[in-house]
Amino acid sequence: MLRIAPTVAVALLTVPIAVGLLAVLLPSFGYLPVIGGTELTFDPWRRLFAQPALAKSIVVSLTSGLFTTAVALAAVCLFIAGSSRTRIYSWFRRLISPLLSVPHAAAAFGFAFLVAPSGLLARTFSPWATGWERPPDILIVHDPWGLTMMVGLVAKEIPFLMLMCFAALPQIEPARRVTLARSLGYAPAAAWFKTVFPGLYPLIRLPVYAVIAYASSTVDVALILGPTNPPTVSVAVIRWLNDPDLSMRFMASAGAVLQLIITVAAIAIWWGLEVVVRILGRRWLENGDRSSLRGISPIWGAGFMALSAAAIFLGLSGLAISSLAGFWRFPEILPAAFTLRAWERSGPAIAETIWTSLLLGGIAAAVSLAVVTGALENEVRRHRRAGHTAMLLLYLPLIVPQTAFLLGMVFSIELAGVRPGFWPVVFSHIVFVLPYVYLSLSEPYRRLDPRWIQVALSLGTSPARAFWRVRLPLLMMPFLAAFAIGLAVSVGLYLPTLLIGAGRVATVTTEAVALSSGGDRRIIGVWALVQAFVPAFGFTIALLVPRFLWRNRRGMREIR
Amino acid sequence: MTRLQMEAVRISMGGQTLVEIDEEVSPGEVLAIMGPSGAGKSTLLSYIAGFLDPAFDATGRILINDEDVTRKPAEARRIGLLFQDPLLFPHLSVAGNLMFGLTGRAGRRQRVAEALATMGLAGFADRDTATLSGGQKARVALLRTLLSEPNAMLLDEPFSKLDLSLRTEVRAFVLNRLRSSGLPTIFVTHDGGDAEAADRIVLIGTSCAKRGNPPCE
Repeated sequence: MLRIAPTVAVALLTVPIAVGLLAVLLPSFGYLPVIGGTELTFDPWRRLFAQPALAKSIVVSLTSGLFTTAVALAAVCLFIAGSSRTRIYSWFRRLISPLLSVPHAAAAFGFAFLVAPSGLLARTFSPWATGWERPPDILIVHDPWGLTMMVGLVAKEIPFLMLMCFAALPQIEPARRVTLARSLGYAPAAAWFKTVFPGLYPLIRLPVYAVIAYASSTVDVALILGPTNPPTVSVAVIRWLNDPDLSMRFMASAGAVLQLIITVAAIAIWWGLEVVVRILGRRWLENGDRSSLRGISPIWGAGFMALSAAAIFLGLSGLAISSLAGFWRFPEILPAAFTLRAWERSGPAIAETIWTSLLLGGIAAAVSLAVVTGALENEVRRHRRAGHTAMLLLYLPLIVPQTAFLLGMVFSIELAGVRPGFWPVVFSHIVFVLPYVYLSLSEPYRRLDPRWIQVALSLGTSPARAFWRVRLPLLMMPFLAAFAIGLAVSVGLYLPTLLIGAGRVATVTTEAVALSSGGDRRIIGVWALVQAFVPAFGFTIALLVPRFLWRNRRGMREIR
Repeated sequence: MTRLQMEAVRISMGGQTLVEIDEEVSPGEVLAIMGPSGAGKSTLLSYIAGFLDPAFDATGRILINDEDVTRKPAEARRIGLLFQDPLLFPHLSVAGNLMFGLTGRAGRRQRVAEALATMGLAGFADRDTATLSGGQKARVALLRTLLSEPNAMLLDEPFSKLDLSLRTEVRAFVLNRLRSSGLPTIFVTHDGGDAEAADRIVLIGTSCAKRGNPPCE
C-alpha cells in the first residue's frame, strides 16, 4: 500500500490535468463528436477572435496576472525587509492563518462592499469630506479595466505569499545575513534586498507563479469584482459554456485554450523580467553603494500589510452589518434598524449547503491526507526524499488555469457517461486540496526527530504500530492543521464545484457567488459570512482537539 | 545471558571508509567506543540497531548469541537503544511509556508498578513525563528499554546532556543496572570520563595520539 502512495499522489495530480487539457484542445479545433463535431477545423478560433472586445478581455486577464503578483510580492518583501524582528511582524504572523482561511469569494464580497459607491468607505467620508448626499454614480466595482478586481486580489494574495516566505526564510538564515550586511554599512532595507532576497526568491518562485496563474484566470473573484462587458477571458469562457446553444462549446474550448496561453504568456513575461532583474540586480548588488534604499521606511511595508488585513477584516465586518441591516440610508455609517430577516429567510438553505460543503471538503481533505501521509511515510521509511520534479507536479494544479483543464474534465466526464454530482466533484476537489495538504504536512513530517520512531522500533514495535502510536500522536497538531487547510481549500473552490457538479452540487461558495448578480446586499452578506466562517470551523477544531487530548501532557505543548 | 558480536563490520560512504570494527561484547560487559565527532560512532550504532541510512554502504555481520541479525528489520532485533535525550513519549504517562515496550499480556500494570519501585520511582505510574527531573527521566527511559527484554543495549552519548553533578550518579546507576542484567552493552562517547566507566574502550576515527586525549589503550 505504502509503496504505491507516491504513484497515487502523482496520478491524482497529473491525470485529471492531462486528460482535461487534451479534452479541451480537441474541441477547440472543432472535434467533439457528442455534439456533432467530427472534423478538425479552425472555425472555433475564428469565431473566438471575431468576438467584440476580445482584445480588451485578454489585456485585462494578462495585466491582472502580472500587476497583482508584482504589487503583492513587493508589499510582502518591503514588509519583511523593514519589520523583521519587530512586534508588528510577529503580530501579523499570527493573522496570516485567519486571513488565508477566508475564501477568495468571501474576501471579494467584503472588498466590494467596502469600496462600492454606497459602501463603508464612501459612507465614512460622506458627506463631510466628499459632499456626497447620495451614492455617487461611478463604476467602482466591475470597473471596465478590472482595477478593483486587481486590488482585491492583491489584498488576498499578500497573506499567501507571506506564508510562503515565512516557510522559506528559516532555510536561509536571514537574520545573520542582514546583520552582516548592516555591519558593513548598508541600510536595513538595502541589507535585506541585497543579501536575503536573492536567496529567498528561488524558494518562492513556484508560489509566485501560482499567484500569476490565479490572478490571470480567476473566475469567482472576477464575477464579483471584475469587468462585465467585456468580462475577463475566464468569465467569458464560462458564459459561453453555459450558453443554451451547445455549438458555443467549441468557442468556449478555444477560449479555455486561449486562457492557458494567456497564463503561460504571463508567466513567460514574468520570467523575462526575472532575467532582467537578475542582470541589472547583479550590478546593484556589487556596486558597494551604502546610500541605496536609505529612504525606504519600515512604515511602507507595514502599511501595505495593514491595508491588506483591513481590506479583508473590515470587508467581513461590513458584510456582517449589512446582513443584519434594516433600513440603511446613505451616508449613515450604521443602519437605523437591525433585523434578522435575511438570516431567517436563508436559514434552511444555509444549513443544507453548509452540510454539503463540510461533507465534500471533509472527504476531499481526508482522502488527500491519507494519500499524502502514505507518500511521506513511504519517503521516511525508505530514506528517499521527493525531488524537484515532485514539487513541480505539486504546483501543477495551482499553475495550470482551472478554466482550461476543468472544461476538458467536464467533456471527458460526459464522454465517460458519468453523471455529474457529488462524487465527481469530490474527485475534482482532491486535485486542488492535495497540494495544500502536502505543502502543510511535509515539513513537520520530515522534521520530526527520527529517533522517536527508532526508539519505538527498538522496543519491538512494528513500523505500522509505531506510526499509529507514536508518529500520529506526536504530529497530531500538524495533521489536524493539514486537514483544516484541505477543508478550507475545498470549501472555497468555486469553478470545480460549479462545472463538475453541473450546477447540481450547491456549496456555500457556489451559492454565494450565484447571488452576486442578484444584488440583494443583505442576502449576499449572509452567504458571504457563512462562506467565510465554514473554513474557520475546521481551524477551530484543529486548535481545540489537541488542547483537550493533551490537557495533562505538558510536553505536547511545545512544537516538535 | 547473551553475547553481541560485530564481525568484520565496515561502513563506508562514497568509497571512503568511516568505521572498521571487529569486536565481541560478552554478557554483562560494557564496551565504550570513543572517537571525535564525525568519526562515525552513531553511524555504527544505527547499523547495529538496523537504522542505517541507505546512503551508506556497510559490510560485515552483527551476531547475537551466534544468530545473524544483520538482515532483520530493527523491530525484530531486540536491541535496546538509549540516546542522550530520554525521548519519553510526551503523549503518554510514565506507565504508558513503560507499557509501550512491555512484553506479555498478563498483569501489565502490576509489573510496571513493581518495576518502577525497583528504580526508586514507586507511585510515578500516572505522572506526566514532562514533570519528571532529568535523572528520573533517564531512569524511566532505561526501565522502558529493559522491560522490552532486549538481548543487547546500545547507548548513544547517553550522559552527555546531564549536568556534571547528576552525570556520575546516573552513569553509575545505568551501567551497574545493565551489568547486573547480564546484557552486552555498547556505548559511544567522546567524553573521557564516560569512557573510563566502561569495562573496555575501543578507539575509532583519528588516532588518539594526535588528539592527545586520555585515555589511550
